[in-house]
Amino acid sequence: MSTIRLIKDKCTGCGLCVETCPFGFITMSDNHASIGVGCSLCGACVEACPMEAIIIEAKERKADLSDYRGVLVFGEQEGSVSAVVYELLGKGRELADKLEENLECVILGNEMMDEAKEIATYGVDRIYLYDSPTLARFRDDPYVEILSELVEEIKPSVFLIGATPIGRSLTPRLATRLRTGLTADCTGLDIDPEGNLIQTRPAFGGNVMARIVTPNHRPQMATVRYKVMKRAEKLPGHAGEIVVKQVREDLTDRTKIRKVLKVSEEMSITEADVIVSGGKGLGNPEGFKLIRELADTLGGAVGASRAVVDDGWIDYKHQVGLSGKTVRPRLYIACGISGAVQHLAGMQTSDVIVAINKDPSAPIFRVADYGIVGDLYEVIPELIRQLRSPGC
Amino acid sequence: MKIVVCIKLVPAITDVKIDPETGTLIREGVESEVNPFDLYAIEEGIRLKEKHGGTVTALSMGPPQAERALRDAFARGCDDMILLTDRKFAGADTLATSYTLSRAIRKTSLYDLVICGHKTTDGDTGQVGPGLAEWLGIPHVSYVRKIIDVDDRSIVVDRSIDSSYEEIEAPLPCVITVTKEINVPRLPSLRRKIESRRMPLQVWASEDLGREGRFGLEGSATRVIKVYDPPARPGGELLRGDSQTQVRQLVNRLKERRIL
Repeated sequence: MSTIRLIKDKCTGCGLCVETCPFGFITMSDNHASIGVGCSLCGACVEACPMEAIIIEAKERKADLSDYRGVLVFGEQEGSVSAVVYELLGKGRELADKLEENLECVILGNEMMDEAKEIATYGVDRIYLYDSPTLARFRDDPYVEILSELVEEIKPSVFLIGATPIGRSLTPRLATRLRTGLTADCTGLDIDPEGNLIQTRPAFGGNVMARIVTPNHRPQMATVRYKVMKRAEKLPGHAGEIVVKQVREDLTDRTKIRKVLKVSEEMSITEADVIVSGGKGLGNPEGFKLIRELADTLGGAVGASRAVVDDGWIDYKHQVGLSGKTVRPRLYIACGISGAVQHLAGMQTSDVIVAINKDPSAPIFRVADYGIVGDLYEVIPELIRQLRSPGC
Repeated sequence: MKIVVCIKLVPAITDVKIDPETGTLIREGVESEVNPFDLYAIEEGIRLKEKHGGTVTALSMGPPQAERALRDAFARGCDDMILLTDRKFAGADTLATSYTLSRAIRKTSLYDLVICGHKTTDGDTGQVGPGLAEWLGIPHVSYVRKIIDVDDRSIVVDRSIDSSYEEIEAPLPCVITVTKEINVPRLPSLRRKIESRRMPLQVWASEDLGREGRFGLEGSATRVIKVYDPPARPGGELLRGDSQTQVRQLVNRLKERRIL
C-alpha cells in the first residue's frame, strides 16, 4: 500500500504544508506538522515542504508499456462528426509528432464513409471505420465493446475522447474494462521527456489545477474539454488511410432506446463562442427576452445563473456553474449576475468576461475584464443598438 | 426493491471564498458537506422506496468523518449505512474508488438498483458511476432526469444526452447517475436526525472487501503529480460615463481584441 509519511527530524514546523494542503487535512501540533486521516495523497505538501520532510511511498508495478504506440482519437458523431473531434485531432497531431508516432481516429456510426474521407484530410494517418445501421446512435454497451477490442488490437499509447455527455458516459466504462487510467475533462495535454502524457485539469470548480499522469498503464486515456485545444488544419494533398472494420452481429446491447426526443436546435452553451448570461438582476423571467436578443445579435447562446434556473425562469440546460455546465467561450457577458463562487467556477476561464451589474461591489467584477456598473435595462438595449449600427 | 445510493463527503464549495488580494482560494475553515448531486440520488432512492417498497442503503467511501454524510442520508430517509474506511483506500482514483464501491455492493448481496449523483463537486469527473457498473458487470444509464417506470425486471428512464432526450429501458440490476432535474430533495426530519445519531452503521475495511492491490493509490492507474492554484485573472477595467459612453468603450475594447 502507498503511504504518506512525515519525517519528524526534518520538519521545522514552518507550516507551509498546512497552507498548501488543498483539503485542510494538515494541522500543526507540537511544532510538527501532522497529516490527518482522509489525506488523498495529492502530493501538494510534498512539493511545498522546503525541508523534504514529507514523502509519499508508492509501491509501483511496472508493466511492459513499449508495445503501446500512437495516439488514437474517438471520432464522436451525431450524423456528422462533432466539432470537438477536430480539436482532438489538432492536439493529437501535436502529441503524435512529439512521440514520433501515428495519429489515428476511430469512427462508429451509420453511413459515415463520407465523413471519414473528410476527417482523413486533417492530418490523420489512419481511420478505423465501423459502419453499420446498428451503430447509428450511441449506446454504451456496443460502443464500449468495439472500442475495447480495437484498443487491444492496435494498442494505442494515448486515447483522447471529447468530454461531451457521450464521452463522459462511455469512457469511464471503457477505461475500467481496460483496467487503465482515465483523466476527466482535461484542459492541457503534453508529453514529458520519458514519453508519458501529462494531463492538466481543473478540479474543485476550477479553483485548483492538477497535473496527472498514468505511469504504468496503457492506453493513457483522457476526456478533453471543448474549445480548449486548437482545431486541426486541413492538409492539402494529404489523405489518411481508411480501414473499414467488420461490425460483429452479436454485440452486447443491454439497454434499449425506446424514444428519442430532439431538443430544440438552439446552440448548446458548451459549444458557443459567445455566451450572454442572465441572473436575478433581470428582475423577472421576461428579462431573458432581452438576454436572448443580445445573444442573437452576437450570434451566441443564452446562459443563466443557478438562482434563476432554480426559480424556473429558464431551463437547466442553460445553467452555467458548478452545478451546471462549465463553459469557455471567447466572450462571456454576465448580466445581473452577482458572481457567486459556484457561478465563477463555470465561466472564469472564458477568454474575455464582461459584467453588467447595478452593484459595484458584486464579486463578478473581480473576474471581469470589462465592468459596467449600471442598469442592464439601459445598457443592453444600448449595446444592441450600437452592435447593429452600420460600421460595427 | 433493494436500492444502494453511493454518496461522498466533499469540501463545501459554498463556503469557499476567494482572497481579493491574491485571487486564490481561502482554504482555512472549509466545512464539508454531502456532495450536492448525491442529494438527488438519495431523494430518488427514497421516493422509489415509498412507491414500491424495499430498502435504501447509503454507501460511502472516505475518511471516518464521512460517517456524517451517511447519517445525513439516514436522516433524509435511508435505512442502512455502510462506511468504507481504511488507510489503504487513500489516494484512490476513480478506477480504485469504483472497484472498492463495487466490492461493497457485491457484499450487500442482492440489489436491484444503484443510484449515484452524476458527478461530485470536488473531483468533478463523473467517472465513478459508469466505472462502478463495469466492475459490477451490469449496464448503466448516465444523466437520468426522470424515472418513468420501474418493475421487477427493468427500469425506464428519461435521460438527456447532448442535444436530445432519450427514453431508455435497462434491465435490473443496473446503475443510474442522476442530474439535478430529477427531483427537489427533501430536508432531513428532526426526528430522524435525532434517530440517526444512535443508529449503528456498518464499517468495512479493505480486508472485508477483497483483493489487495486494487485499493487506494496502489490500485489507481493515475497519479497526481502536482496541484497548484490556477493563474489569477489580471485586473479588469471599470468603464465609466453614461450608458452610451460605457457601451461605446466596451465595443471599442472588444474590437481591439478582435472579439467583434
